[in-house]
Amino acid sequence: MEIPAIVGAGLIVIGAGLGIGKIGSSAMEAIARQPEAANKVQTAMIIAAALIEGIGFAALFAV
Amino acid sequence: MNRILSFCLLVALSIGLSTVDVRGEDNSQEEDLHMDLKTGAHDENGAKAYIQHHLQDSYDYTIWHAMGWEFPLPVILFDDGLHIFSSSRFHHGESVASCDGKYYKIYHGKIYETDEAGTITMGEHGHPSNPKPLDFSITKNVFTIMLMGAFLILVFSRMAKSYKENPIPKKGGKFLEPLVLFVRDEIAIPNIGEKHYKKYMSYLLTVFFFIWFINLVGLTPLGINVTGNIAVTFALALMTYLITQFTANKHYWGHIFWMPGVPVPMRIPLALIELLGTVIKPFSLMIRLYANISAGHVVIMSLLALLYVFTNWMARGAFLGLTLFLSVIELLVAFLQAYIFTMLTALYFGGAVAEHDDH
Repeated sequence: MEIPAIVGAGLIVIGAGLGIGKIGSSAMEAIARQPEAANKVQTAMIIAAALIEGIGFAALFAV
Repeated sequence: MNRILSFCLLVALSIGLSTVDVRGEDNSQEEDLHMDLKTGAHDENGAKAYIQHHLQDSYDYTIWHAMGWEFPLPVILFDDGLHIFSSSRFHHGESVASCDGKYYKIYHGKIYETDEAGTITMGEHGHPSNPKPLDFSITKNVFTIMLMGAFLILVFSRMAKSYKENPIPKKGGKFLEPLVLFVRDEIAIPNIGEKHYKKYMSYLLTVFFFIWFINLVGLTPLGINVTGNIAVTFALALMTYLITQFTANKHYWGHIFWMPGVPVPMRIPLALIELLGTVIKPFSLMIRLYANISAGHVVIMSLLALLYVFTNWMARGAFLGLTLFLSVIELLVAFLQAYIFTMLTALYFGGAVAEHDDH
């Protein structure tokens, strides 16, 4: 049986979603522990999230 | 508060207008749209074609289709000499345009050279085998980029002039000064460093405001999709790549070709990986911006199309609300993508000029 490509894209999006969720939750914990580092944490969070997002989009557009 | 309110109104109005635009398609088109989405058929009609049409560049500029507010743009072709003529000769791609004894026809958004009857001969893989002239046309995207460039030059040169007379910002400066400082203090200095950031500021500011404003224009019902075009993001990423390579210091090249601090046999494969990495970095910049903006446009257009699939007013209301909500999210994405592009560009510049005293 052939698995359609869109299923693979869906799996990658699930992975990307989990990844970004993990980054977000960790960043929130970090900010709660050290509110004065909020700006630095936010910047690092956005960069990491953007990198994962890129993979998600690449998967979607490869379909 | 007033400003926020008027901004929200503007967004609502934009969505309203773009809805009208969809409705403006003639009835047969709307009928097709119903059929197409219900049966899931992938023919040339309906919502899919409409979205496809919106995402593509075009040779004429449509402000409001239903009202007939559209104007042609110049077509510039290089094909044994320069051919310049108005895109109105194509009649929206329906007829063959002739210029200096040559005949051209638009097929799937590209111009091909044909005979007088406009026959497109199909080669293998279903692509036309007609010769393609070199195309330097002022298309919708090129026109928008020129317009936006002129707008940026006007706004920022006037702003710079007003700062020479008086350091207190006036009018637009009040809005733009915090953003310029944001780019300097939050993006450039932390990533590049106090010593070198100044020579990169002009590029970072240009790229930030260009991408942000173009993204915002893309959210209006003018139907522009500039940053969702991979050629545009390719050009932007290429600039970042070239500036990084040409301003890099010897430590940067040292880290690429002869990585200090690792065993010698490992340095050769590492050099290959690092060399590839210099290309992958701007490549990811290109894909990220292109994919984010196109995906945003596709989602909003699909939701708008759903308004015409459902005849139930409750469902229509729900989808209108969802479209509004997503449009507001897209406003955030427009800013975020400009920020991320500038931030990562600054990060790469920072890597190119970093000084390592500690080996």
